[in-house]
Amino acid sequence: MTLPSAIPPLGERQKLLEMSGVDKVFNGDVVALKGMNLTVNQGDFISLLGPSGCGKSTALRLIAGLSRPTSGSIRWEGGQARGDLGVVFQEPTLMPWATVSQNVWLPFRLRGKGYREVRDEVLWALKMVGLEKFQNAYPRELSGGMKMRVSIARAMVTEPRLILMDEPFAALDEITRMKLNDDLLALREKIKCTVIFVTHSVYESVFLSDRIVVMAARPGRVSTELTVPTPYPRNEVFRTTPEYGALCRDTSDALHGAMHEHNEASA
Amino acid sequence: MSVTEIDKMAATALIDEEELRYARAQKREKIGKWVLPIIMLTLVIFAWDRVVVMNNIPHYILPRPGLVLETLIKDWPILWQSLLVTLKITLMALAVAVVGGVGLAVIFTQSRFLEMSFYPFAVILQVTPIVAIAPLIFIYIDNKIVALLTVAWIVAFFPILSNTTLGLNSVDHNLRDLYKIYGASRWQRLRYLQLPAALPYFLGGLRIAGGLSLIGAVVAEYVAGTGGMGSGLAFRILEASYRLNIPRMFAALLLIAGTGVSIFAVTSLLTHLLLRKWHESALKREG
Repeated sequence: MTLPSAIPPLGERQKLLEMSGVDKVFNGDVVALKGMNLTVNQGDFISLLGPSGCGKSTALRLIAGLSRPTSGSIRWEGGQARGDLGVVFQEPTLMPWATVSQNVWLPFRLRGKGYREVRDEVLWALKMVGLEKFQNAYPRELSGGMKMRVSIARAMVTEPRLILMDEPFAALDEITRMKLNDDLLALREKIKCTVIFVTHSVYESVFLSDRIVVMAARPGRVSTELTVPTPYPRNEVFRTTPEYGALCRDTSDALHGAMHEHNEASA
Repeated sequence: MSVTEIDKMAATALIDEEELRYARAQKREKIGKWVLPIIMLTLVIFAWDRVVVMNNIPHYILPRPGLVLETLIKDWPILWQSLLVTLKITLMALAVAVVGGVGLAVIFTQSRFLEMSFYPFAVILQVTPIVAIAPLIFIYIDNKIVALLTVAWIVAFFPILSNTTLGLNSVDHNLRDLYKIYGASRWQRLRYLQLPAALPYFLGGLRIAGGLSLIGAVVAEYVAGTGGMGSGLAFRILEASYRLNIPRMFAALLLIAGTGVSIFAVTSLLTHLLLRKWHESALKREG
């Protein structure tokens, strides 16, 4: 595997993708997203944080190419190629009839690559999420957390330029969730991936990301953007520092501000 | 012996007894699953025999079970030939129903327009009683085997078509999105996603279609048999009824029922083998 040596600090990263003035209107009158501007740089870990209905999942679907913006544009630096994107949904979304390794093989398989050809990559990805011993298991034999790991392995196996995660840990219990948060950051250190992570948890967003985009609802829009200056690697110790507490409070205030904006607008 | 030792023994004994009781219950259920139906069947056959003997019912009205068995052995050469004919029609009809049902289902899911155009025909064929269509089919199709097959197929293909269509359309939405993101072609989506997802539904349809293809074959023979050119089991039953050979009617009936049960057993086994690794329906749960 050829991986970049280190992620440069914020502000020195190369541009990867740019959303400018993106609107999304459903059925002609439901405005899901209004005037969203976002520049994603290589190595960013961006959290989209906001209440439900703020358009964070809509934004993700737009970037994934699953729906088209009503107006505005989403431009990949150097164009988008096959395999540039990995996705992790809220559910593990595994094929129940296929083994763990076959599930991870999928992105390659759909590009016409045989299993033998990419066996090393598949096993490497499984090793990265700590499931190399379960390559022949079926999804139903795994716990919720393990299924999510398979899903993450599948998203990163092609070493995509961008990984989208749509509230991937929301359905898991708190302990598994913290463990997966730790592991996700460890993984990022290893493969230097760029991540856009949708969440409605303040604590999760502060722990994971270096950029937090706070969004507001009705219409869905970006309210403000915060940066988390704490350098990586971060681990469970970070969760107990006063710095973490202060950052969570700031982010929480920003989120409340975003929700308040909406209340004032509707009042 | 100290008090604690006795306590300990009591504790282990209690667990043991509970475990034993549980194990016994498990074993009872396992044995009962096989033994109970056999006992009940034997009892019913015995009661049948007693009813015939005690009421002096003549064998041309209701034969004793022993006589049915005797006839089955005595007429075996004739009945065996007929069984082969019926079995051939049944299995061929089932095969064509699988190919036709799955094929149409795939075509329907690939093109909404084709589905809209042709689905009504499938429904009309399904809801019209086959005995009403069969005479026409025998008029229009000269080749008897083809005509029999057509009748049996019409009866059998619909459950496969409707179940497989349902299965192909009930793919998880996130998986569909995932395939789209990874740029899967139509063919890849069908081959790797829709067909495996539809497998449990298809197998459910297959189990119904197995029984229906036998019914279709028998009905087809009845309709064709009156023309005096059939030799399947249904034809034997008709023929025997004209001659008031009631024991042979029962013997033929026994073979038809046996065939139906075998088809069901084979399709159930197939379902189990194909789904046991991953599908909820094949899961054995503890406790």
